[in-house]
Amino acid sequence: MNLSHLSNADLAHRLKRSGVRLRTGPFVFSIRSPLPEIRAGLQLLHAQTPLADDDEFVDYHIAINAGRHVRRWLRPQACFEVDGVEPFKPLPRAQALAMLEWGMNWCITAYGHHQLVIHAAAVAHGDRAAILPAPPGSGKSTLCAALVNRGWRLLSDELTLVSLETGEIQALARPVNLKNASIQIMRDFAPQAVFGPTIQDTSKGAVALMQAPASSVAQAGTPARPTWIVLPKYAPGTEAALTPMAQGEAFLSLADNAMNYHILGEQGFHAIGRLIDDCPSYRFTYSHLDDAIATFDALADAR
Amino acid sequence: MRAESASLLADTLTAPEPRLPRSATGWDLLIRHARHANLLARLHHRIAELGALSSVPEAPRRHLIAAHHLAHRQHQAVRHETDELRRALQPEGIDVILLKGAAYVVAGLPAAAGRVFSDIDILVPKPQLPQAESALMRHGWMSAKLTDYDQRYYRRWMHELPPMQHMFRGSALDVHHTILPPTARYHPDPTSLVSDSIAVPNWPGVRVLSPCDMILHSATHLFHEGEADNALRDLSDLDLLLRHFSREAGDGFWQQLVARAAHQHLGYPLWLALRYTGKVFGTPMPSQLMPSLPAVAPGGARLAMLDAIYSRILRPQHPTCADAFSALACKALYIRGHWLRMPPHLLALHLARKAITPEEKPSTDQADENERAA
Repeated sequence: MNLSHLSNADLAHRLKRSGVRLRTGPFVFSIRSPLPEIRAGLQLLHAQTPLADDDEFVDYHIAINAGRHVRRWLRPQACFEVDGVEPFKPLPRAQALAMLEWGMNWCITAYGHHQLVIHAAAVAHGDRAAILPAPPGSGKSTLCAALVNRGWRLLSDELTLVSLETGEIQALARPVNLKNASIQIMRDFAPQAVFGPTIQDTSKGAVALMQAPASSVAQAGTPARPTWIVLPKYAPGTEAALTPMAQGEAFLSLADNAMNYHILGEQGFHAIGRLIDDCPSYRFTYSHLDDAIATFDALADAR
Repeated sequence: MRAESASLLADTLTAPEPRLPRSATGWDLLIRHARHANLLARLHHRIAELGALSSVPEAPRRHLIAAHHLAHRQHQAVRHETDELRRALQPEGIDVILLKGAAYVVAGLPAAAGRVFSDIDILVPKPQLPQAESALMRHGWMSAKLTDYDQRYYRRWMHELPPMQHMFRGSALDVHHTILPPTARYHPDPTSLVSDSIAVPNWPGVRVLSPCDMILHSATHLFHEGEADNALRDLSDLDLLLRHFSREAGDGFWQQLVARAAHQHLGYPLWLALRYTGKVFGTPMPSQLMPSLPAVAPGGARLAMLDAIYSRILRPQHPTCADAFSALACKALYIRGHWLRMPPHLLALHLARKAITPEEKPSTDQADENERAA
């Protein structure tokens, strides 16, 4: 059963009472919220997300609530809670839906130290995954969104989860977070994709969420094998260019972007070492998404 | 259901044979309780110690392993930080006397198992305090931003310096000169804490309190604390300390502990520690021990009140463990904590000050200093 099978009333009831239990890859999130925009946002963006049964283990019990006291009327807010604890300050109410996705990411990065968590997008071709680590603003989410609209499977647009035991990448297959100019670019590039409302004036500028492709969500339980490391950079007016990268440099770019590298210590070092051993790494500059996709497809066909 | 669920974590931690939840929802509750009590890594340790980790279903096991990784990393950091402290203080001829969690980890005690930290606590004899403070500052530890009032409050009324933080590593340090504020009801003797402290093997220049003092300090800290967040964790520390030292030191241990408590005027916190470790964790102790402490045992109504408060505080502070009186118990604990730390007239002044000026801005020269630091 997935979320789209719930009636409006049933979903609203679960959101207010027991929580609606989304299974995103390895994790089950129980979400509670009285806010109608959260309900509508889930229906739009998580329609295909499978639901966990009531008697299953829940990884994170989260809630998005309206602010308390007078503030709630003067300046409406949204508050994120995980199991009764508020890890960060409330945001303006208009950002509630974005806050839900950021909050889910926060749970994984704050608590998920059983695995290596890299701030990177990950997409897969068959069972082979490309890891796209890059600082914000390098166009990694845009490239990721484009690839998953042209046949690549979405593993994650923000957090690449690497198992310490198997070295495999676990998929999350959650909505892709698009920022500023890339929102319109992606609407034009993939008119058939489903987009959430554009939320203005967040700390990251304007953001909009794009629904994960149904096939990626359906395969979210299947891990993928790390095969390529690609550091993307959007450079206006350039031809798509893929340049091999030295191993040491690639190691550092992964370690810099690994959110719990300092916590995992030696295990983190070995996990990244294994990625570097297993995957050729490249720098990739591009300006046209179609060229970028052709480059990735060629990479996939070459092996 | 509530009463049973409130003891779920403590029962799992102390069961001599693995006693693990049988359902996924049972695991759900146990993991949440342990996380809220800061005992998730200790739960991992206990289950691993009983060889039962492989029988934990994968989803909850991931949370246990994650908590274990975090605690493991913190222990490495604590050892590194201890080394840095030693580097700062040894040239001054001052030993690093570790307190609480850092002491358990560096001395390799069972109470280190899965212990997590927010700061490191050390004890410095009061006459050496100015020298220690400037040595620490030269090595990068800075006092946190404080208002003038808070600075004065710490310097005049507290048993510790204002909290320090290392400017590069961000690690937090509390420097104590005794274990209770000078204004508190009880006055343990700081000189004997230092003179009876013991050297940590393989760590020249690093010491920890003697076993009895370590237990008394842990008890004193817990039962003077005004906040419930780490109460169950601290009680679990006490349980592990009592089990370990009574086993190691043999028969004379309990008499020694009682005698030391009397000498340090800490019979009452010890009595509370014994009562509640026994109740919550079933800590083994001689049956005649509690009755042998009649001078400090609180009477009927007072005991009923303490039980009403502590039975609610010494649980995971999670909504599924709370009852109608939990919020009241937390308020009572806050007042009790302050009450024990200062005489009524000081308490009244302090609370009034805090009520009138909830958020004082740092003074201008401090603001300048902060800007320079930034």
